[in-house]
Amino acid sequence: MAYSEKVIDHYTNPRNVGTLDKSNHKVGTGLVGAPECGDVMRLQIQVDDNNMITDAKFKTFGCGSAIASSSLATEWLKGKSIDDAMKIDNMDIVEELALPPVKIHCSVLAEDAIKAAINDYRVKNGMAPIESEKVHH
Amino acid sequence: MNLPIYLDNNATTPMDPRVLEAMLPYFTTKFGNAASRNHPFGWVAEEGVDYAREQVAKLIGANEKEIIFTSGATESDNLAIKGVFEMYKEKGNHIITTVTEHKAILDACKHVEKLGGKVTYLPVKEDGIIDLDLLEKSMTSETILVSIMYGNNEIGVIQPIKEISAIAHKHGALFMTDAVQAVGKIPVDVNRDGIDLLALSAHKIYGPKGVGALYVRRKGPRVKVTAQMDGGGHERGMRSGTLNVPGIVGLGKACELCGLEMESEAKRLSALRDKLQASLTQLEESYVNGNVEHRLPHVANISFKYVEGEGLMMAMKDLAVSSGSACTSASLEPSYVLKSLGLSDDLAHSSIRFGLGRFTTEEEVDYAIEVTKKAVTHLRELSPLWEMFKEGIDLNSIEWAEH
Repeated sequence: MAYSEKVIDHYTNPRNVGTLDKSNHKVGTGLVGAPECGDVMRLQIQVDDNNMITDAKFKTFGCGSAIASSSLATEWLKGKSIDDAMKIDNMDIVEELALPPVKIHCSVLAEDAIKAAINDYRVKNGMAPIESEKVHH
Repeated sequence: MNLPIYLDNNATTPMDPRVLEAMLPYFTTKFGNAASRNHPFGWVAEEGVDYAREQVAKLIGANEKEIIFTSGATESDNLAIKGVFEMYKEKGNHIITTVTEHKAILDACKHVEKLGGKVTYLPVKEDGIIDLDLLEKSMTSETILVSIMYGNNEIGVIQPIKEISAIAHKHGALFMTDAVQAVGKIPVDVNRDGIDLLALSAHKIYGPKGVGALYVRRKGPRVKVTAQMDGGGHERGMRSGTLNVPGIVGLGKACELCGLEMESEAKRLSALRDKLQASLTQLEESYVNGNVEHRLPHVANISFKYVEGEGLMMAMKDLAVSSGSACTSASLEPSYVLKSLGLSDDLAHSSIRFGLGRFTTEEEVDYAIEVTKKAVTHLRELSPLWEMFKEGIDLNSIEWAEH
């Protein structure tokens, strides 16, 4: 199976690899997946006082598509409000990266990571977590 | 050195040009049907087949009359398992095999179970080798066949074939071995090893795809298998179908070359493999899978903890290897062979199989070492699990959301 050019680009030059201080109350951290399943994503957002995402970082254990999905997610998150970020749909990632059906779960994981990071931020800052209406698994 | 570099010789091998040369006339001028008994075209083709039969037999210490040509090892495995089950059903209905067999054996056994047969799938020890005591305990008066592979395709582990066949024979059962990975790589001798049936394939030994053979013992005991295809009664009635003459000639030539070069090749390849393995296991948290003493000379299966196999292969640019990662299989399950060694799923996901071959050079191995080291280091920088490991966090203490 050949990878799309965009997957290869994100895989070869991953954007925003790194770690934010998870003890900072302005940082939301999402850790999703499981080592036994072959993919784990950690996605972090730095949020300012206007609930805007000013920075995003990721680290991913997984295949090329998983790494590309999380790299793309960090690009999309920067500059978005947390409300808009909540609207990122896994199918947008599938479309942008031209993921084949067998790799759709990588995009689902990226969406889960975004929502987990936002909810971590919300809970840290006294807001109720937003329940996702979608059940993926 | 040309890129990409092929290090997946357990999947298939490039054909040796000397094999191609031997085959070529049988496509054009010597095109006859080996079963045409009444004209020179048939005779010439038959001569080619007869010679190949001798070449194959010689490599495994057999008699040429004991070689049945097939379309490959999958067919040979099926013919052996199903054919023995059908032929010996009066005697018993029990077959013993292992969990690390190739799917061709495992699925043929599943088929036998559907037909009312009983199959015992022996577990393997942590090093991939079966427990001989457990084999002995599993033998019953109903056991007609023990089928254990010679060398494993994923980890290269070699089973104690002589001991296994002795146990099978002691209890009146036949012994079959899928020797696809072993034949032509290490000395295999059907008499020394006590083998009654043996499957081999041409494309794993620098021959063409689509041709293989089943060795079926003729003396002490005389073994028979029920044909699984109906037709013209070729191959002593065990395998009908017009013989693939060019393919068979290629298989014969491939066997001859292996016989001549195997000893020096095994030495050369095991030295290269050991170099590769020694260099790569210098990386932190890397582990060799399977027994390293009883192992085929050209294989190393290594897990690089905290990086995922498919992602790793993508970073190992210009290297063709394979992985036990789920992402590389259609089933999305990590390798059942690695799991049967007791490897946790995450280590199975992190495994890479390096398969060296006749055309692998030291320069290529050196290049592979450098590329692999860089790739592992790069992906660990991207891995949250590596970061946690470095921070001393026990990954088992985390409640992972299984998905």
